[in-house]
Amino acid sequence: MWRDAALVAGRDLRVELRSRVTTNQVAPFSVLVLILFAFALDPDRQLLERLASGLYWTAVLFAALLAISRSAAIDETDGVRDALRLSGIDPAGVFVGKAAAVAVVLLGLEVLLGIGVVVLYGVDLAGAGLVVLAALAATVAVAATGTLYGALVSGLRVRETLLPLLLLPVLAPVLIGATRAFEAALAGVPADGWAWCGLLAGLAVLYAVAGALAYGTLLEGS
Amino acid sequence: MTAPASTSPTGAPDGDGGASAAPAGRTTLGHTGSPASRVLGALALGSVALLVMYGLVWSPPDAEMADSVRLMYIHVPAASFLYTGCFITTVASAMWLRRRTPGWDALAGASAEIALLFAAITLGTGSLWGRPTWGTYWTWDARLTSTALLTALLVGYLALRRLDVDPTARSTRAAVLGLLLVPNVIIVNRSVEWWRSLHQRSTLVKLDPTIEGQMLVALMVGFLAVGLVFTWLLVHRFRVAWLEYQSERLDLDLALAERRAEAGHPREAVEAARSSDRRHHGVADTRRPGGTPA
Repeated sequence: MWRDAALVAGRDLRVELRSRVTTNQVAPFSVLVLILFAFALDPDRQLLERLASGLYWTAVLFAALLAISRSAAIDETDGVRDALRLSGIDPAGVFVGKAAAVAVVLLGLEVLLGIGVVVLYGVDLAGAGLVVLAALAATVAVAATGTLYGALVSGLRVRETLLPLLLLPVLAPVLIGATRAFEAALAGVPADGWAWCGLLAGLAVLYAVAGALAYGTLLEGS
Repeated sequence: MTAPASTSPTGAPDGDGGASAAPAGRTTLGHTGSPASRVLGALALGSVALLVMYGLVWSPPDAEMADSVRLMYIHVPAASFLYTGCFITTVASAMWLRRRTPGWDALAGASAEIALLFAAITLGTGSLWGRPTWGTYWTWDARLTSTALLTALLVGYLALRRLDVDPTARSTRAAVLGLLLVPNVIIVNRSVEWWRSLHQRSTLVKLDPTIEGQMLVALMVGFLAVGLVFTWLLVHRFRVAWLEYQSERLDLDLALAERRAEAGHPREAVEAARSSDRRHHGVADTRRPGGTPA
């Protein structure tokens, strides 16, 4: 399974690297979201700094929707889905590989957005350990959930509009957990944040297992 | 292989099996009503009338909440059956994934639709009650927030079901989504609860008066009435979904047969398609007793 996962992840990342959609479109879009938040909230540095965690994760979720939609689109064209089924690759491996590729893309976007938040909103970084671990757990949770729901809508004409409707309510707990963990870390009281980090890790494991189990059914049934 | 006598392909738990016992015309697939469901409907109507009397006339106003407490006799049962509906959807989705019989898919969809109706009732009566009691229609209380998210989950599930794609693919996707419904509800509920309790200690006055006397009776009648209405709606929505499924299959096969018939033997081909369809898809033979067997 892990070998299959590495193959699929490598393919998705190569496609992403060569098409340059993430670097040329998704990344600029996510920075634009940060700038729009500043317009909406008036560039009051104190307000922006106080809300930075929530705005950051909202921007990450918006960018994630695009990344997940891209990842689902890769399998739609040229009969890739049928080829995957015929290739004998373990469906769980396909799921893990696709989720891993999405996670790598998301981590890149998160670093970029992190720099954006520090520069644009004047956030002072603190509690690095908690920030990194919470971000990792949240990324895995978003990537696993997104890959599963991406498969649910892949191939449909209404994919772009249906995906946010299905995915965002499910990701609400991730948004809550990641925001609280970041707030605790930035406020210098990481002790409050570790519980949220635990929630994120739990969600990541849960959705990864659910996705690995369900992916075969979804691949077959469409 | 003989056609089952009931329109319930799975023996689905809709209370009574003899769905289309009433004689119908040649091309009619069946009815959504049956003697048993008519009795159920009458009972539901009666209990709603009883609830109106208990809720609005016979029970006293509350000491703190005054007359707005009367909304609770609908609100609390509606919320309970909202969760019941979600639970049925998840169980039916799991059963569909195991058995792959269309009845479970129909049941999952029917139950989710009615759950959405009850979510709307819950949110509506809750806001109306909140306005005089808390002074606001909406507050970021844990229960309100998680109910709103639950409504969004149901809307998404039904949006996926409504897509015009290959029925089997749609059923598979809907079943996976339906299977995740209750786990998602629990996760959202717990995390929102945790969020509110850590963030902001109970903004609301703890309204937990001990209910007794006529008010308790009114609430019980509310559960009875809402429960009967829920069951009645579920039975009928399930049957409509089942008939939709049958008509989709029948129409397709008939159309195929008619196109084929254009080439050769018109009447026999259509008749053969009709009868083979009945045998293959388990359509109840709704023709009058004494009609020629298929």
